[in-house]
Amino acid sequence: MSPPELKRVAVAEPTRRSYLGWLLGLCTAGAGVALSVPLIRFLLYPLRARTTEVKWSDAGAVSDFASLTGPVQRSITVEQVDGWRKTVSDKIVYITKSSSGELEVLSAVCPHLGCSVQWRDSKHGFECPCHAASFRPDGSITGGPAPRAMDTLQTQIQNGRLMVRYQYFRQLVATKEVFG
Amino acid sequence: MSELSNRNWRGGFFRWLDKRTGLDSLLREALDEPIPGGARFAYVFGSALLFIFISQVITGVFLALYYVPSADHAHTTVAYISKAVSAGGFLRSIHAYGSSAMVILLLLHVTQTFLYGSYKGRRELLWLSGCVLFALVLCMAFTGYLLPWDQKAYFATAVGTNIAGEIPLIGAWLKSLMRGGADMGTLTLSRFFVAHILVVPAAIFAVVALHVYLFRKAGAAGPISENPISPTAPTEPFYPHQVMVDAAFALLIIIVLALLAHFAPFDLGPKANPADTHYLPRPEWYYIPIFQWLKYWPGSLSFVGVVIIPGLVAFFFASLPFLDRRMERRPWKRPIAVGSYTFIFLALFGLGWMSYRSDHGDPGYAAQLIAQQKDTDEFMRKPFEAEIEQPVVAATPETPANPLIAQGAQIYQEQACNGCHGDAGTGSAAGPKLTGIHDRMSADQLAALLKSPSAKMTAGGMAPLNLPPDAMKSLVAYLESL
Repeated sequence: MSPPELKRVAVAEPTRRSYLGWLLGLCTAGAGVALSVPLIRFLLYPLRARTTEVKWSDAGAVSDFASLTGPVQRSITVEQVDGWRKTVSDKIVYITKSSSGELEVLSAVCPHLGCSVQWRDSKHGFECPCHAASFRPDGSITGGPAPRAMDTLQTQIQNGRLMVRYQYFRQLVATKEVFG
Repeated sequence: MSELSNRNWRGGFFRWLDKRTGLDSLLREALDEPIPGGARFAYVFGSALLFIFISQVITGVFLALYYVPSADHAHTTVAYISKAVSAGGFLRSIHAYGSSAMVILLLLHVTQTFLYGSYKGRRELLWLSGCVLFALVLCMAFTGYLLPWDQKAYFATAVGTNIAGEIPLIGAWLKSLMRGGADMGTLTLSRFFVAHILVVPAAIFAVVALHVYLFRKAGAAGPISENPISPTAPTEPFYPHQVMVDAAFALLIIIVLALLAHFAPFDLGPKANPADTHYLPRPEWYYIPIFQWLKYWPGSLSFVGVVIIPGLVAFFFASLPFLDRRMERRPWKRPIAVGSYTFIFLALFGLGWMSYRSDHGDPGYAAQLIAQQKDTDEFMRKPFEAEIEQPVVAATPETPANPLIAQGAQIYQEQACNGCHGDAGTGSAAGPKLTGIHDRMSADQLAALLKSPSAKMTAGGMAPLNLPPDAMKSLVAYLESL
């Protein structure tokens, strides 16, 4: 409680004190920045690690589809990594031939509003049961409200098996855009 | 406006802010706290505790971004944090070692307060609020220990809750309350989680505020030669000297924690297996003396050792400022108080040492403890394995017994109702779930709505359904069965 003492200390070593203060402030700021690095990396991990990445699913042996005359329906098992868990679900795809005769895999999800498109043998084409969008065997539009052709899925052939990468695409847009 | 358009607009801004908030006087009040006899290294532990508590809060909030408090997922999510997430092992280690650091600093803070006799002189409530904080910190350590749900966590908590069960009259009830039932399970985890992240931290914030208020009310006690009520030594303000010493110590703590976390990450053992009868549960080091102490109190006497004696020690400890009314602060003039304190500390060390001896003296125990550590190390080396979530609906749905419903289920598939409403009406992003629709509308209402959907349904993408009457009847029967 004695101001004279207080003043004496403050005046006696101003340069040393301010130097120390600066040094400590600098160290503290440095430590703060250094410590926020792991926090930010931790926070942003799901943005950098593609935790929602979809793995390749097996759609069957390529030889099964050698003499394909029309689209065939296949149920594939899709394994998705969702953070710390893997989800396994079954999805419907159609194996068909493109206009150039190459094997292609169509998603059964209608590009209009997402109903499951069905193959109608009688009409030799696909038809959506919800709003009657219709498509040719190769997936191109013949009529109805769909904004684009049925979506083709990425494929690759591994050891004679047709592998598919199942993805969702945005509905109601004219171009195919991966969703999610 | 004239204030803000001042030549020195920054000064104007701060003047405005200060007028509205009183920030300046608040800051002055905080920083100009007079310290009799000047700043000292011995006074750092209180602010160090506050610093490490804030570090625990920050790391804890971040860990909660990935942690799931359920017996099914807790262990997986902690493994995910430790092994997969960037800097996850580091942050978890800072948090886990931070709890030990907090207990150590707490003991240092109490010891300093005790040896300096700083609890004397109108500081009874300050001391009592400190005792409450002591208990709350131990609660944090106990509840946090279970959360990883590994073997160590599970068995240590099983023992801990059993100890609570020893308390006469309310013990059994208290144990069930803590566990959320007779056995340890997912409800235990939820309870500990809520205590650890909501209830106890809120209490700590409140009591810390009270503790700091009472401290400022009583004033710093200063060196041991001073009268604790009205110290006469010349004072020095808290800022800058003591602030610098405190900051330097905080820096030291965080550097030590970071080095530990980086070079010796805190481990996670295999997932809790309640069926493992070989597992030797061992609590964290600060509970080891109590753990050893319990071995000496068999059967009917156990409540004397478990409840009465520790209760008496805690009672005398808390009532210290009421029992010791002299103003004498020099430790060598207070043989009874300092002697008892030293005795209790030595006894705790002794118990810890005996626990170590009995674990490492018995070849069977020693081998089991080594095996447990080996399991833990092995688990830590394995890469992270994601939990596999099986589809909720089986790939081939069971055919319902009722033929009408079976036919309806087929129509449901054919009409691609599942495209939006999900398999078996469980719903999806594109359409609402239909399960339980029988509670919401009758069969006739449902049939009518399917034929001509409402405006809201049409807007959502629902098309009118034109089915033959028989088919509609089956579909409605199926939907009502969901």
